[in-house]
Amino acid sequence: MRTVTSFLFPFSGENRSPERGGTSSLLDSGFRRKAAVVIAGLMMTATPAHAQLTVDVDNAGSADLIIAVPALPTPRSETTLAGTTEDLGNRISDVIASDLDRSGLFKPIGRSAVKQITVDEVTAPTFPYWQGRSAAALIQGFVRSNGDGKITVGCYLYDVALGSELTRQGFVVEPADWRRAAHKCADAIYSRLSGESPFFDSRIAYIAETGPKGNRTKRLAIMDSDGANHRFITNGQSTALTPRFSPDYKQIAYLSYLDGNPRIYVYDVGTGRQRLVTQSRNATFAPRWSPDGRFLLYSMAIGGNTDIYKIPVEGGTPIRLTDGPGIDVGGSFSPDGSQIVFESDRGGGQQLYVMNADGSNQRRISFGGGRYATPEWSPRGDLIAFTKMQGNFRIGVMSPSGSGERLLTNSWQDEAPTWAPNGRVIQFFRTGRGAVSSSVWQVDLTGSNERRLATPVDGSDPSWGPILP
Amino acid sequence: MKSIRNTLLMATAVIALGACAKKAPPELPPAPGPAVDNSMGQDNSNVGNVAVPGSQADFLTKVRSDRILFDLDRYNVDADGQITLQSQAQWLAQYPNKQAIIEGHADERGTRDYNLALGERRANAAKNYLVSLGVSEQRLRVVSYGKERPAAMGSDEGSWAQNRRAVTVTID
Repeated sequence: MRTVTSFLFPFSGENRSPERGGTSSLLDSGFRRKAAVVIAGLMMTATPAHAQLTVDVDNAGSADLIIAVPALPTPRSETTLAGTTEDLGNRISDVIASDLDRSGLFKPIGRSAVKQITVDEVTAPTFPYWQGRSAAALIQGFVRSNGDGKITVGCYLYDVALGSELTRQGFVVEPADWRRAAHKCADAIYSRLSGESPFFDSRIAYIAETGPKGNRTKRLAIMDSDGANHRFITNGQSTALTPRFSPDYKQIAYLSYLDGNPRIYVYDVGTGRQRLVTQSRNATFAPRWSPDGRFLLYSMAIGGNTDIYKIPVEGGTPIRLTDGPGIDVGGSFSPDGSQIVFESDRGGGQQLYVMNADGSNQRRISFGGGRYATPEWSPRGDLIAFTKMQGNFRIGVMSPSGSGERLLTNSWQDEAPTWAPNGRVIQFFRTGRGAVSSSVWQVDLTGSNERRLATPVDGSDPSWGPILP
Repeated sequence: MKSIRNTLLMATAVIALGACAKKAPPELPPAPGPAVDNSMGQDNSNVGNVAVPGSQADFLTKVRSDRILFDLDRYNVDADGQITLQSQAQWLAQYPNKQAIIEGHADERGTRDYNLALGERRANAAKNYLVSLGVSEQRLRVVSYGKERPAAMGSDEGSWAQNRRAVTVTID
């Protein structure tokens, strides 16, 4: 995807160089024509002073900000490989509204409940109309075919009460990537109004499950953060577990019983090839990437004793990081790569420990009642998510020092949290008592806005990749 | 016979992959071996017939049980498990060319990765006891299934007790 770096006029296809002077000059000079102006890189704030229009991320689920999302008009409906630009304008509007709704911070008014805007209106909204719809915020935009096979999607956010523009962005994409442009637009709006980093334009790897409880078929699968573009990667002949996207999305590390034994493979998304991480005859499991994508953590059992190892992704000599007689398993790097949080039963039950990335200075951080497992360091660095087992299995967070423990869910069995790329949303899987099926769920960091992510079949072991570039 | 079956499975895999994914792995996984898809439960299909001596069916009829159970979060072989493994060791002594896989399992009330490690522990505990009874280590292999292959499907103490197990499967 390319963000636009020059003025793009939807009618003529003419490209003008921007006057690199910032917000006001763009507004003054560029907008006189009916042209929609698209800015890249610049997260523009066209109205500096008031900045009242925000959403409170610590109150997710309240959905208090009403935001209108009319269909994106097109200057001339043209056929692309993904349908007409007019149709794309409808679908992009739907994806933006769906993303914002899922965040729990917005109450979108979709295109079916509002008028169809014209291209002229994109940069000159009829604010009284939107006030009449009780909208506090308004997203407008356009879709234009560029003539070179690509499309440009413009995205504008307005404060309806003040009648002012808050931000604008534009994206040039292949028509097939229209959903990504929609996610990028939703991300821009989410970020502008919440002050948080974006997360919609990201992908999820997980395990798709079917079949009887005693012999589940488990397939590696991937999808966009909203469940779209779903794709099965393995055919289910071998049980697949615990996938993790590499930070660049090019590879997926996961466990497979391909040769009858549990082993970690690295699957190349581009080529479809995969390889063993180590040639060891021992069981290897619980793969985790380092933040720079150069190393993998894995757990290996030798004679019943499990320890954590680190190995260069391209192969090489594994480094053993733990050496106790207990089960040391899992592990998750801090975002700066300097520390690792992991799980160990060296003290009896499962608890959380932190060590330096070279294995030194191992210390326990969980001291509440019950057992703690599956720690995952937030991409923001400030929290560690975990599964707490005390009666029910619940998802919780604590600081890297172990303080401030908070439990976010309460169900029979919630397990294996992983983080959204912005560290605001936690994803996990839920299994009911006596149930065969499990499903993928998301919950806000505050514990509110708990909701199920629809998958084609049952799902488990979800893990989020970073925000796409 | 087995190779024919594997070939058929491979062909099925090709079709399945072609149907479901645009970029399916060109390297097709081999058909799952016996450790993957069989033998999780007692096979009584030969009851009433005379099992071939030295076969898995024979093993199942001759030994006290093909499995030992473990307490919650434990992996020590208890007295009952020792008696069972002694009967297995006797059978293995009678057929010294037979090899066996010991499958380690955990109940569903644990996290996935930890349960894989726990299954390894349990399978190794059973293996080590068999070795202490004179079975050559070279004849025994372990594989952990964690909580992936429960034998009892309930979400209750009785089911979980049956699922915390190490199962010996001889290789025909």
